[in-house]
Amino acid sequence: MCPECDASVSVLRTVERGEVIQCGECGAELEVVALAPMRFVLAPPEEEDWGE
Amino acid sequence: MRVGLLCSRIRVEEKLLRDALVRRGIDVVCIDDRDVVMELGRPWRDWDVVLERSLSQTRALAALRVLDSWRVPSVNTLAVTALCNDKLATTSVLAAAAIAVPRTAVAFTPESALRAAEEIGYPLVMKPIAGSWGRLLARINDRDAAEALFEHRATLGSPEQSIFYLQEHCEKPARDIRAFVVGDETVCAIYRYSDHWITNTARGATTRNCPVSDELDTLCRSAAAAVGGGALAVDLLEDSGRLLVSEVNATMEFRNSIDVTGVDIPARVADFVIAVGTGGLIAVEA
Repeated sequence: MCPECDASVSVLRTVERGEVIQCGECGAELEVVALAPMRFVLAPPEEEDWGE
Repeated sequence: MRVGLLCSRIRVEEKLLRDALVRRGIDVVCIDDRDVVMELGRPWRDWDVVLERSLSQTRALAALRVLDSWRVPSVNTLAVTALCNDKLATTSVLAAAAIAVPRTAVAFTPESALRAAEEIGYPLVMKPIAGSWGRLLARINDRDAAEALFEHRATLGSPEQSIFYLQEHCEKPARDIRAFVVGDETVCAIYRYSDHWITNTARGATTRNCPVSDELDTLCRSAAAAVGGGALAVDLLEDSGRLLVSEVNATMEFRNSIDVTGVDIPARVADFVIAVGTGGLIAVEA
Protein backbone atom coordinates (compact mmCIF):
# COMPACT_ATOMS: atom_id res chain seq x y z
CA MET A 1 0.00 0.00 0.00
CA CYS A 2 1.12 3.53 -0.71
CA PRO A 3 1.96 5.28 2.59
CA GLU A 4 0.75 8.55 1.09
CA CYS A 5 -2.65 7.62 -0.38
CA ASP A 6 -3.29 4.02 0.74
CA ALA A 7 -3.74 2.82 -2.85
CA SER A 8 -2.34 -0.57 -3.79
CA VAL A 9 0.94 -0.22 -5.57
CA SER A 10 1.83 -2.46 -8.48
CA VAL A 11 5.47 -3.17 -9.17
CA LEU A 12 7.48 -5.16 -11.66
CA ARG A 13 8.45 -8.66 -10.63
CA THR A 14 12.10 -7.63 -10.84
CA VAL A 15 11.78 -4.79 -8.33
CA GLU A 16 14.55 -4.66 -5.75
CA ARG A 17 14.99 -3.36 -2.24
CA GLY A 18 16.34 0.17 -2.48
CA GLU A 19 14.59 0.99 -5.75
CA VAL A 20 12.40 4.06 -6.04
CA ILE A 21 9.08 3.69 -7.82
CA GLN A 22 6.11 5.96 -8.33
CA CYS A 23 2.63 5.37 -6.95
CA GLY A 24 0.28 5.10 -9.93
CA GLU A 25 -2.52 6.67 -7.92
CA CYS A 26 -1.05 9.78 -6.25
CA GLY A 27 2.35 10.03 -7.97
CA ALA A 28 4.33 9.89 -4.73
CA GLU A 29 7.88 8.59 -5.01
CA LEU A 30 8.19 5.44 -2.94
CA GLU A 31 11.25 3.53 -1.86
CA VAL A 32 11.02 -0.24 -1.66
CA VAL A 33 12.27 -1.13 1.83
CA ALA A 34 11.18 -4.78 1.99
CA LEU A 35 10.23 -7.41 -0.57
CA ALA A 36 8.43 -10.12 1.40
CA PRO A 37 6.09 -8.73 2.35
CA MET A 38 6.45 -5.74 0.01
CA ARG A 39 6.76 -2.52 1.98
CA PHE A 40 7.22 1.07 0.87
CA VAL A 41 8.14 4.34 2.53
CA LEU A 42 8.05 7.82 1.04
CA ALA A 43 11.36 8.33 -0.74
CA PRO A 44 13.45 11.09 0.81
CA PRO A 45 13.34 14.35 -1.18
CA GLU A 46 16.41 15.39 -3.14
CA GLU A 47 19.04 16.92 -0.93
CA GLU A 48 21.45 19.74 -1.60
CA ASP A 49 24.51 17.52 -1.90
CA TRP A 50 23.03 14.86 -4.18
CA GLY A 51 24.52 14.55 -7.60
CA GLU A 52 27.16 13.16 -9.89
CA MET B 1 36.91 -11.05 -6.76
CA ARG B 2 34.42 -9.22 -4.55
CA VAL B 3 33.25 -5.72 -5.36
CA GLY B 4 31.42 -3.51 -2.87
CA LEU B 5 28.88 -1.26 -4.57
CA LEU B 6 28.45 1.69 -2.22
CA CYS B 7 25.10 3.29 -3.00
CA SER B 8 22.10 5.07 -1.57
CA ARG B 9 19.48 3.79 -3.96
CA ILE B 10 19.36 1.14 -6.61
CA ARG B 11 18.92 3.31 -9.69
CA VAL B 12 19.17 2.20 -13.31
CA GLU B 13 22.91 2.92 -13.28
CA GLU B 14 23.58 0.81 -10.19
CA LYS B 15 21.64 -2.12 -11.66
CA LEU B 16 23.50 -1.91 -14.95
CA LEU B 17 26.89 -1.69 -13.22
CA ARG B 18 26.10 -4.57 -10.89
CA ASP B 19 24.80 -6.72 -13.74
CA ALA B 20 27.87 -5.98 -15.85
CA LEU B 21 30.13 -7.04 -12.98
CA VAL B 22 28.09 -10.18 -12.27
CA ARG B 23 28.25 -11.16 -15.95
CA ARG B 24 32.03 -11.08 -15.56
CA GLY B 25 31.87 -13.54 -12.68
CA ILE B 26 32.34 -10.92 -9.99
CA ASP B 27 30.70 -11.22 -6.59
CA VAL B 28 28.98 -7.87 -6.00
CA VAL B 29 27.58 -6.74 -2.67
CA CYS B 30 25.46 -3.59 -2.47
CA ILE B 31 26.47 -1.51 0.54
CA ASP B 32 23.66 0.88 1.51
CA ASP B 33 25.37 4.04 2.75
CA ARG B 34 22.53 4.58 5.23
CA ASP B 35 23.39 1.35 7.01
CA VAL B 36 27.15 1.68 7.00
CA VAL B 37 29.23 1.85 10.17
CA MET B 38 32.95 2.31 9.52
CA GLU B 39 35.01 1.90 12.65
CA LEU B 40 38.37 3.55 12.26
CA GLY B 41 41.26 1.18 12.77
CA ARG B 42 39.11 -1.83 11.88
CA PRO B 43 39.36 -1.97 8.10
CA TRP B 44 36.92 -3.86 5.94
CA ARG B 45 38.63 -6.72 4.20
CA ASP B 46 35.51 -8.02 2.48
CA TRP B 47 36.04 -6.29 -0.85
CA ASP B 48 38.89 -6.09 -3.30
CA VAL B 49 37.57 -2.78 -4.58
CA VAL B 50 34.66 -0.48 -3.79
CA LEU B 51 32.68 1.18 -6.56
CA GLU B 52 31.35 4.42 -5.08
CA ARG B 53 27.84 5.34 -6.27
CA SER B 54 26.37 7.29 -3.35
CA LEU B 55 23.79 9.94 -4.15
CA SER B 56 25.17 12.16 -1.42
CA GLN B 57 28.52 13.65 -2.32
CA THR B 58 29.15 14.39 1.36
CA ARG B 59 28.65 10.77 2.36
CA ALA B 60 30.66 9.57 -0.62
CA LEU B 61 33.65 11.66 0.35
CA ALA B 62 33.47 10.62 4.00
CA ALA B 63 33.27 6.94 3.08
CA LEU B 64 36.09 7.26 0.54
CA ARG B 65 38.23 9.01 3.13
CA VAL B 66 37.93 6.04 5.47
CA LEU B 67 38.37 3.48 2.67
CA ASP B 68 41.48 5.35 1.53
CA SER B 69 42.91 5.24 5.05
CA TRP B 70 42.28 1.49 5.02
CA ARG B 71 43.99 1.23 1.64
CA VAL B 72 40.89 -0.31 0.08
CA PRO B 73 40.99 0.53 -3.65
CA SER B 74 38.03 2.51 -4.91
CA VAL B 75 36.54 3.77 -8.15
CA ASN B 76 36.89 6.63 -8.21
CA THR B 77 39.63 7.43 -5.72
CA LEU B 78 39.20 9.82 -2.81
CA ALA B 79 41.48 12.41 -4.42
CA VAL B 80 39.70 12.34 -7.78
CA THR B 81 36.23 12.44 -6.25
CA ALA B 82 37.15 15.29 -3.91
CA LEU B 83 38.48 17.29 -6.84
CA CYS B 84 35.51 16.63 -9.10
CA ASN B 85 32.95 17.41 -6.39
CA ASP B 86 34.40 20.90 -6.07
CA LYS B 87 33.99 23.07 -9.16
CA LEU B 88 36.62 25.54 -8.06
CA ALA B 89 39.15 22.78 -7.45
CA THR B 90 38.34 21.16 -10.78
CA THR B 91 38.58 24.35 -12.81
CA SER B 92 41.79 25.36 -11.02
CA VAL B 93 43.45 22.03 -11.80
CA LEU B 94 42.26 22.09 -15.43
CA ALA B 95 43.44 25.66 -15.95
CA ALA B 96 46.81 24.85 -14.38
CA ALA B 97 47.14 21.97 -16.85
CA ALA B 98 46.52 24.43 -19.73
CA ILE B 99 43.20 22.79 -20.57
CA ALA B 100 40.69 25.17 -22.15
CA VAL B 101 38.02 26.19 -19.62
CA PRO B 102 35.50 29.03 -19.64
CA ARG B 103 36.92 32.28 -18.29
CA THR B 104 36.40 31.95 -14.54
CA ALA B 105 36.86 34.25 -11.56
CA VAL B 106 36.42 33.76 -7.84
CA ALA B 107 35.57 36.48 -5.33
CA PHE B 108 34.65 36.42 -1.66
CA THR B 109 32.44 39.43 -1.07
CA PRO B 110 29.46 40.87 -2.96
CA GLU B 111 31.53 43.96 -3.78
CA SER B 112 34.48 42.10 -5.25
CA ALA B 113 32.10 39.70 -7.02
CA LEU B 114 30.48 42.68 -8.68
CA ARG B 115 33.88 43.91 -9.85
CA ALA B 116 34.60 40.45 -11.25
CA ALA B 117 31.23 40.36 -13.02
CA GLU B 118 31.84 43.76 -14.62
CA GLU B 119 35.26 42.55 -15.74
CA ILE B 120 33.94 39.31 -17.29
CA GLY B 121 30.92 41.05 -18.81
CA TYR B 122 27.25 40.17 -18.98
CA PRO B 123 25.66 37.74 -19.31
CA LEU B 124 27.69 35.53 -17.04
CA VAL B 125 27.04 32.43 -14.98
CA MET B 126 27.32 31.95 -11.22
CA LYS B 127 27.61 28.42 -9.89
CA PRO B 128 27.84 26.97 -6.41
CA ILE B 129 31.22 25.40 -5.70
CA ALA B 130 29.53 22.16 -4.72
CA GLY B 131 26.37 21.02 -6.41
CA SER B 132 25.09 18.97 -9.26
CA TRP B 133 22.19 18.35 -11.62
CA GLY B 134 22.09 22.03 -12.56
CA ARG B 135 21.00 23.16 -9.09
CA LEU B 136 21.48 26.80 -8.13
CA LEU B 137 23.08 27.83 -11.40
CA ALA B 138 22.26 31.43 -12.21
CA ARG B 139 22.63 33.30 -15.47
CA ILE B 140 23.23 36.94 -14.61
CA ASN B 141 22.17 39.21 -17.43
CA ASP B 142 22.99 42.62 -16.00
CA ARG B 143 24.39 44.59 -13.07
CA ASP B 144 21.03 44.82 -11.31
CA ALA B 145 20.67 41.04 -11.25
CA ALA B 146 24.29 40.66 -10.15
CA GLU B 147 23.87 43.01 -7.19
CA ALA B 148 20.69 41.27 -6.06
CA LEU B 149 22.07 37.74 -6.40
CA PHE B 150 25.35 38.50 -4.66
CA GLU B 151 23.56 40.18 -1.76
CA HIS B 152 21.12 37.28 -1.42
CA ARG B 153 23.90 34.71 -1.46
CA ALA B 154 25.92 36.63 1.15
CA THR B 155 22.93 37.22 3.41
CA LEU B 156 20.99 33.99 3.13
CA GLY B 157 23.64 31.43 2.32
CA SER B 158 26.20 29.53 4.33
CA PRO B 159 29.80 30.83 4.31
CA GLU B 160 30.41 28.44 1.41
CA GLN B 161 27.81 30.35 -0.61
CA SER B 162 29.95 33.47 -0.29
CA ILE B 163 32.57 31.92 -2.53
CA PHE B 164 31.40 33.60 -5.71
CA TYR B 165 32.39 31.36 -8.63
CA LEU B 166 31.70 33.31 -11.80
CA GLN B 167 32.10 32.18 -15.37
CA GLU B 168 31.72 33.71 -18.78
CA HIS B 169 28.47 32.73 -20.45
CA CYS B 170 29.25 30.64 -23.52
CA GLU B 171 27.05 31.07 -26.58
CA LYS B 172 26.64 27.35 -27.05
CA PRO B 173 24.41 26.01 -29.84
CA ALA B 174 21.47 24.86 -27.60
CA ARG B 175 23.53 21.88 -26.54
CA ASP B 176 26.61 20.82 -24.66
CA ILE B 177 28.73 17.70 -24.84
CA ARG B 178 29.22 14.98 -22.30
CA ALA B 179 32.07 12.56 -22.92
CA PHE B 180 32.75 9.39 -20.97
CA VAL B 181 36.37 8.65 -20.19
CA VAL B 182 37.22 5.29 -18.69
CA GLY B 183 40.86 4.77 -17.90
CA ASP B 184 42.78 6.33 -20.73
CA GLU B 185 40.05 6.06 -23.37
CA THR B 186 37.20 8.33 -24.39
CA VAL B 187 34.66 5.56 -24.86
CA CYS B 188 31.82 7.71 -26.26
CA ALA B 189 30.16 11.11 -26.09
CA ILE B 190 26.70 12.59 -26.36
CA TYR B 191 25.20 15.94 -27.21
CA ARG B 192 22.72 17.17 -24.60
CA TYR B 193 20.09 19.36 -26.22
CA SER B 194 17.79 21.75 -24.42
CA ASP B 195 15.91 24.96 -25.14
CA HIS B 196 16.96 26.03 -21.66
CA TRP B 197 20.48 27.37 -21.18
CA ILE B 198 21.06 24.61 -18.60
CA THR B 199 21.55 21.51 -20.74
CA ASN B 200 21.50 18.84 -18.07
CA THR B 201 19.64 15.55 -18.56
CA ALA B 202 18.48 15.83 -14.93
CA ARG B 203 16.69 18.96 -16.17
CA GLY B 204 15.12 17.29 -19.19
CA ALA B 205 17.76 17.68 -21.91
CA THR B 206 17.55 15.14 -24.73
CA THR B 207 20.57 13.23 -25.97
CA ARG B 208 22.14 12.31 -29.30
CA ASN B 209 25.38 10.63 -30.21
CA CYS B 210 28.39 12.91 -30.52
CA PRO B 211 31.17 11.47 -32.65
CA VAL B 212 34.45 11.42 -30.76
CA SER B 213 36.80 13.49 -32.90
CA ASP B 214 40.54 13.49 -32.33
CA GLU B 215 40.26 16.96 -30.78
CA LEU B 216 37.49 15.90 -28.40
CA ASP B 217 39.30 12.70 -27.48
CA THR B 218 42.57 14.48 -26.71
CA LEU B 219 40.87 17.19 -24.68
CA CYS B 220 38.78 14.74 -22.67
CA ARG B 221 41.65 12.41 -21.90
CA SER B 222 43.77 15.39 -20.86
CA ALA B 223 41.00 16.66 -18.59
CA ALA B 224 40.52 13.23 -17.03
CA ALA B 225 44.25 12.84 -16.49
CA ALA B 226 44.48 16.31 -14.96
CA VAL B 227 42.00 15.39 -12.21
CA GLY B 228 43.70 12.05 -11.59
CA GLY B 229 41.92 9.67 -13.96
CA GLY B 230 39.28 7.03 -13.45
CA ALA B 231 35.76 6.48 -14.74
CA LEU B 232 34.69 10.03 -15.44
CA ALA B 233 32.18 12.13 -17.33
CA VAL B 234 33.66 15.25 -18.88
CA ASP B 235 31.25 18.08 -19.74
CA LEU B 236 32.23 20.48 -22.50
CA LEU B 237 30.87 23.64 -24.08
CA GLU B 238 31.17 24.67 -27.71
CA ASP B 239 31.74 28.38 -27.96
CA SER B 240 32.61 30.08 -31.25
CA GLY B 241 34.59 27.12 -32.49
CA ARG B 242 36.28 26.55 -29.14
CA LEU B 243 35.81 23.46 -27.00
CA LEU B 244 35.89 24.28 -23.30
CA VAL B 245 35.79 21.85 -20.39
CA SER B 246 33.14 22.97 -17.92
CA GLU B 247 33.30 20.18 -15.39
CA VAL B 248 34.31 16.60 -14.66
CA ASN B 249 31.94 14.24 -12.84
CA ALA B 250 33.20 11.40 -10.68
CA THR B 251 29.92 9.53 -10.09
CA MET B 252 28.60 9.67 -13.60
CA GLU B 253 25.08 8.97 -14.72
CA PHE B 254 24.81 7.33 -18.12
CA ARG B 255 21.36 5.76 -18.54
CA ASN B 256 20.49 8.13 -21.41
CA SER B 257 23.79 7.64 -23.18
CA ILE B 258 23.94 3.91 -23.88
CA ASP B 259 21.32 3.57 -26.62
CA VAL B 260 22.27 6.75 -28.46
CA THR B 261 25.97 5.90 -28.55
CA GLY B 262 25.67 2.14 -28.88
CA VAL B 263 28.44 1.82 -26.31
CA ASP B 264 27.99 -0.42 -23.30
CA ILE B 265 29.23 2.14 -20.78
CA PRO B 266 28.58 0.02 -17.66
CA ALA B 267 30.57 -2.83 -19.22
CA ARG B 268 33.50 -0.50 -19.76
CA VAL B 269 33.28 0.76 -16.19
CA ALA B 270 33.01 -2.82 -14.91
CA ASP B 271 36.21 -3.78 -16.74
CA PHE B 272 37.93 -0.76 -15.23
CA VAL B 273 36.73 -1.65 -11.71
CA ILE B 274 38.01 -5.20 -12.15
CA ALA B 275 41.38 -3.89 -13.33
CA VAL B 276 41.64 -1.67 -10.25
CA GLY B 277 40.55 -4.52 -7.98
CA THR B 278 43.14 -6.90 -9.37
CA GLY B 279 45.84 -4.32 -8.93
CA GLY B 280 46.22 -3.97 -12.67
CA LEU B 281 45.69 -0.28 -12.27
CA ILE B 282 47.10 1.76 -9.45
CA ALA B 283 44.69 4.37 -8.15
CA VAL B 284 46.12 7.63 -9.40
CA GLU B 285 46.47 10.35 -6.84
CA ALA B 286 46.05 13.91 -8.10
